[in-house]
Amino acid sequence: MKDFFRVAWLVVRKDLMVEARSLEVVSTTLFFALTVVLVFAFGLVREGRPVDDVAAAILWIATAFSGTLALGRTFERERQADTLRALMLAPADRPAIYAGKLAGMLLLMGLVELVLVPLVGLLFQAPIFAYPWHLAALLVAGTTGFAAVGTLFAAMLVRARSCDVMLPILLYPITVPVMIAGVRGTAALFQGTPDEELARFWIALLLFFDVVFVTLALWTFEPVMTE
Amino acid sequence: MSKLNQIELALAGAMLAVAPWIIDAAPYESTMGLVQKIFYFHMPSAWLFLLAAIISGVASAMFLFGKKKNADGWALAAAELAVVFGIITLVTGPLWARKAWGIWWVWDARLTSSLILWMIFTAYLLLRRYGGPGSDKLGAGMALFGLANVPFIFVSVNVWRTLHPQTSVVPTLPVQMGGPLWFCITAFFLLFLALLSMRARLERQRLRIEDLYLAEDEA
Repeated sequence: MKDFFRVAWLVVRKDLMVEARSLEVVSTTLFFALTVVLVFAFGLVREGRPVDDVAAAILWIATAFSGTLALGRTFERERQADTLRALMLAPADRPAIYAGKLAGMLLLMGLVELVLVPLVGLLFQAPIFAYPWHLAALLVAGTTGFAAVGTLFAAMLVRARSCDVMLPILLYPITVPVMIAGVRGTAALFQGTPDEELARFWIALLLFFDVVFVTLALWTFEPVMTE
Repeated sequence: MSKLNQIELALAGAMLAVAPWIIDAAPYESTMGLVQKIFYFHMPSAWLFLLAAIISGVASAMFLFGKKKNADGWALAAAELAVVFGIITLVTGPLWARKAWGIWWVWDARLTSSLILWMIFTAYLLLRRYGGPGSDKLGAGMALFGLANVPFIFVSVNVWRTLHPQTSVVPTLPVQMGGPLWFCITAFFLLFLALLSMRARLERQRLRIEDLYLAEDEA
């Protein structure tokens, strides 16, 4: 068990170090997220007023889109020098490698969300400070579910042809429950009279989704990554 | 084509050929009239759609964890059938809904989860077709995750919808478990069985030929 966390930490540290030197994924993903929000702002803000109840949807769509981009880039980097194969050849537990990759992805997406949330609050007049803990719980649980499936699929797709097209095609249908729960839960917090209980229900559903899909991914990572 | 497949196909063909007369002879539903008869094709397809999805998910799990090579053929065959029967379900459903509810589509739990399940298996087929080498394992992961996803989709869509005012009252369908319905279910099921085993057999043979080619190359 101790070994598991050590390997996972080493993978995270490696990813963070590579990223810290180039800042490639962080900067491009952040900029892409800003662009997505801006495009939505052009489409949905009329005469200075946003259409009702769109802030939650935009927040989650921007998260999902930029998350897909980040997943694609992170694993593309592993492909260039065939370093994923080297990682797989290391005498370490495969699930631990997956856990490390997932943790790195979560840190990255969390960083993007730290910018996205205030931006959506600002541009779409969403009360982001009304229930900060609920909102944070929704974001953490939702991002974990999205990244858990995304990391597994992106890792599997490294070897496939046309992987950049395949990732969203596979990922979005599977993460529909995350999108519904995230958007509905956030909307419950953002609406005129916030519905705390409803938000709590969606957080619980997301946590349940996380448990099932992280377990399933840890379990499947070994057989699918074996050639 | 095995003997059993021939019998299944012949029976299914004969039954589907006489099905229109049997459906025509069935009593009219009092409020919906003629349009209710879509139901005799809609429900068998929907059942087989779900059955195919389950078979594909289970076979994928066996392929991944049980290292059973042939299970992949079953998973692929079932996924193709899931998409075919899914299309039938998703086309006949709105045709019926337009007459019964007045609108083509409602974001009801059952409809939405069927649509998403259909999308998952279409994505699976796209992956198998264009994914290149190694896409069998990838696809198995996709089918497995897709199946695990169904309860979540159902619960989330159910809550998402029921907390909003329904624009149209969705009448619960009067299920008349009459003879014609079971007749159609049997016919569709025979067709399903024949197609499934034939497609899985084709896949097995493809694998064998591939193995032979590889053996030839090595020799």
